Amino acid sequence: MKYKGELTTSVPLKKQIEKNKATGKLNGFSGSGRTVILGSIIPVTLLIIWEGLSRLEVLPAYQLPAPTVIFNTILTMAQDGTLWSHIGITTIRVFQGFILGTIVAIILGSLVGFYKKAEQLLDPMLQAFRSIPSLAWVPLFILWMGIGEPSKVTMIAVGVFFPVYLNIVSGISGVDRKLIEVGKMYSLNNFQLIKRIILPAALPSFIVGLRSGLGLGWMFVVAAELMGASQGLGYLLVLGQNTLSPETIIASIILFAVIGKLSDWILKLIQDRSLHWQDGLERS
Amino acid sequence: MSLELRDVSRTFDGKTAVNNINFSAKPGEIIGLLGTSGCGKSTLLRAISGLDRGYDGEIAINGTTTKAVHDKVGFIFQEPRLFPWLTVLENVTFGLKGDKQDMTERATKYLESVGLKGSEKLYPKQLSGGMAQRVAIARALVTSPEILLLDEPFSALDAFTKMQLQDLLLDVWKTHQSTIVLVTHDIDEATYLCDRIIILRGQPGEIDKEIEISEARNLERGSEKAAFYKKEILDSLDLNKQSSRI
Repeated sequence: MKYKGELTTSVPLKKQIEKNKATGKLNGFSGSGRTVILGSIIPVTLLIIWEGLSRLEVLPAYQLPAPTVIFNTILTMAQDGTLWSHIGITTIRVFQGFILGTIVAIILGSLVGFYKKAEQLLDPMLQAFRSIPSLAWVPLFILWMGIGEPSKVTMIAVGVFFPVYLNIVSGISGVDRKLIEVGKMYSLNNFQLIKRIILPAALPSFIVGLRSGLGLGWMFVVAAELMGASQGLGYLLVLGQNTLSPETIIASIILFAVIGKLSDWILKLIQDRSLHWQDGLERS
Repeated sequence: MSLELRDVSRTFDGKTAVNNINFSAKPGEIIGLLGTSGCGKSTLLRAISGLDRGYDGEIAINGTTTKAVHDKVGFIFQEPRLFPWLTVLENVTFGLKGDKQDMTERATKYLESVGLKGSEKLYPKQLSGGMAQRVAIARALVTSPEILLLDEPFSALDAFTKMQLQDLLLDVWKTHQSTIVLVTHDIDEATYLCDRIIILRGQPGEIDKEIEISEARNLERGSEKAAFYKKEILDSLDLNKQSSRI
């Protein structure tokens, strides 16, 4: 009811926003508060319908359990502590793979971006590797490294590598020649040109690469954990399937969504901090 | 500092852009390079600056020939070319070396002289076109260049900002007496600022004519004498005749 009441007050709310705009205070807060309310109308309605249909037993519980059941599953796991270890192990895998993939991408990406020779040597091969569907690596990695952690982390690193690598290369080769000329007018040497002009100019592209790399990292951790794990959110998916409990599967999916979004949000904060000078970034 | 070009030519992939250019500038002289587009004005300027080393012939700065970028040469481009990740102040100090305090003091002084006091902490995205070009001017001047090369520096600005900045350039020149080479296609600008106007014509560009402005920098904008020089320049570029034919 309270929620409904808030909706009906949209007119005074609008006035309030305009007033805030005039004074320049709290503008961002009430603006984003309004978008949160608007954006949650449809999901909340759907949840209520879903819950209602489950209670009326229109939706069979063994296929699509009620939202409250799913929520209780998460709550129970949180209480007995298994939730945290599942989340922890998955996050650590993604983190390790992300760091590994990023480091390799920085090294190869810089080489290819800066040196024509390195580009001719490495880029065609890497582009060829890129066209291999990444899941095709799974059996090979298991064969090489066994079913333990190394194969999973490698798998995730492969996923993270390509977007980061591609963005570093395009960031470096896309640096405005005109800015480099300014540096040359001040007799900067190659090292200074890289440090003072090329790296800052390539930073936006690098961060975009990091964000899409992290997104792929979360995708690949599912694949990695599906292929055999005793812990982790991906393992919960398999467990739910084997024990015929859809609530565990959906709970795991929701948790993936939440921590995936959370980690992207952290990167976005870093992005906004370090790229505040970029034109047009203020509002995104 | 004096500047001398001897038989300078530049060829791009077999196509000659400028051919056999010879001229010299005395210390403190303002030289205008005027010509229609594509006659190699900017090519010539890039060769003088040392950004382009692929030319034939010799360019002597203060009597010594060098192809590298010279410390005492400053370049103001057609666009501001500011670094978007640096503030106005950091952009101006970009080319300076040494003590940070010292650098900041110098930069602040120059920013004040281009009328941008108080804008030190802004980022380029917050500047208007005219302000950005002022920052670029301050950045070029802060290293006290003895030869200043300008490549159509005011061509992207509105008429009023343009006049303001032309006067600003003259003020700066009065205090520093740098040698200036100004590439322009604006005849009024050339007659207003220059001691001598070198007219380039043709493809490849060659020196067609040199016009000495005897009343250099005493010509009022829009005065009769200025109009006289303008007509002389227009005639030598064949622009008047063409338009009368149409």
